[in-house]
Amino acid sequence: MSQTTDTTATGSASPRSADQTAPSHRRWRLAAYPSLLTAPAVLLLIAAMAYPLLTIVLRSLSEPEWGLQNYVWFFSTPVNITVLARTFSISAWVTIVCVIAAYPYAYLMTAVGPRMRLVLILCVLVPFWVSGVVRTLAWVILLQDSGVINLVLKWLGFGAVKLIRTPTGVVIGMAQVLLPFMILPLYSVMRGIDLRLVQAARSLGARPALAFWQVYLPLSLPGVFAGAIIVFILALGFYITPALLGGPRSTMLSTLVQSQVLSLLNWGRGGAMGVVLLVSTFVLLALAAPLMRQRHKQASRS
Amino acid sequence: MKPFRLLLGLFCLLVAIWLVMPTLVVIPMSFNEKKSLAFPPSGFSWQWYENFFTNPEWSSSFFNSLRVAAIVALTATIVGTLAALGLSRMKHSGAGILRAILITPMVVPGVVLAIGIYAVYLNYQLVGTTLGFVIAHTMLAVPFVLIAVSASLEVFDVRLETAAASLGANRFTAFRTITLPLILPGILSGLLFAFVTSFDEIIVALFITSPYLKTLPVQIYTSITRDADPTVAAVGTIIFLATSLIICGGLIIGSQRRR
Repeated sequence: MSQTTDTTATGSASPRSADQTAPSHRRWRLAAYPSLLTAPAVLLLIAAMAYPLLTIVLRSLSEPEWGLQNYVWFFSTPVNITVLARTFSISAWVTIVCVIAAYPYAYLMTAVGPRMRLVLILCVLVPFWVSGVVRTLAWVILLQDSGVINLVLKWLGFGAVKLIRTPTGVVIGMAQVLLPFMILPLYSVMRGIDLRLVQAARSLGARPALAFWQVYLPLSLPGVFAGAIIVFILALGFYITPALLGGPRSTMLSTLVQSQVLSLLNWGRGGAMGVVLLVSTFVLLALAAPLMRQRHKQASRS
Repeated sequence: MKPFRLLLGLFCLLVAIWLVMPTLVVIPMSFNEKKSLAFPPSGFSWQWYENFFTNPEWSSSFFNSLRVAAIVALTATIVGTLAALGLSRMKHSGAGILRAILITPMVVPGVVLAIGIYAVYLNYQLVGTTLGFVIAHTMLAVPFVLIAVSASLEVFDVRLETAAASLGANRFTAFRTITLPLILPGILSGLLFAFVTSFDEIIVALFITSPYLKTLPVQIYTSITRDADPTVAAVGTIIFLATSLIICGGLIIGSQRRR
């Protein structure tokens, strides 16, 4: 099979015969327009993402009648504003927890030997080995009133803590799901930091804390920014974890969207909520993109 | 310096436990004798594994997920690889913007996408169909393939293709014998990502599911919200063991090949 193609291939190197120019001409055109290769992906994106999102935007503006009434309703109903603010504050908490937990962890990954590093990487990847929904069930088992965490606390002599159906429980569960998205970019940035720069600072008389603060931390910031933005944006759209771990006092915007559409069949209001969530996500991305690029440039320059 | 290292190690140990514990706590729960999710489990039994394999609700949703994920892995890999090849050959500045547009499904909030797809599918009678699942999941999986293949294309030397062409290979032969083998690791990891994305996808699936076509995550979710059924823990343990076996096998094969 490969022999025959080889002979035809060498044949085409000799002066071209008339019947061979046609297909090679076509191939040449395909090569000149490589964007054609992206056509299936673009078409799929239009059909399965752009068109559905457009439908939602149109419904939010047209049901029950044309106008902005659904948006006026959204921003004039205190419950919605509370939930919107809570969505942002829970996402912010999740991001902060992730940064605090991931920074030392990613640093340790760069500081240990290859065998220990493999163990640390495995710990980051193991959560992915189990289905996301199952992992949320595991958090229910761990966080419930008679759950593992409360058993350990009781054993240590502390009182019981209410975790399930509280915002704290939601943050613990969400941060665990999102932690790998923080650790991995941080690790890839930290791996590239030249530790001799810190040594140089030390040799010039800086204490460890100062050398860290003035040399290592600024160099690692691109990783912190990249991870924090990914985590925050993914957290904004979280649905399953808050729905299963949260109570009525920790409802997030996604759950409201779902109940408007599936339970109340109110596509206009649900759509408006969805558009608010979508717009917040993209505004954040647009704000973060130049910031990230600038930080990245700084890091590569130094 | 010593106490600092100790503190760092202790902190990271806690983080590692936090990361791993949810995966491991599922395993003992799956052998629970009683129908409850209270910890610690009491007694020992295989009944929840038996239930998973014999109860048609569970086994059919498992096979639905396998079928959808297999088709999605194939289509998403083809579409994503073509797009990655096209983007890598585009010279003008549009390539960067197009790449950013093609990975937007990763950041669009799941519920917003889900209600949009649900609205469209209601119009076209695609709710609860394999085709509907495949279209939606392929769209969600393409970005992962695109990223994986692009990463291996970045280190691929285009001059190798030129060399093949100068030796008389036509474009297709050059692609098949030079480019494809070199970017194959990227394509395979894209395939794996696409499979997992579809197999694990829940939000869109919750909206476009029907009593006749349920995927495994939907079945797990409804089971969790309905009652405390340890079958979920059994499913989690099976998935965990299967992935562990695949990954360990991959690691062993990989390390042998390197030698």
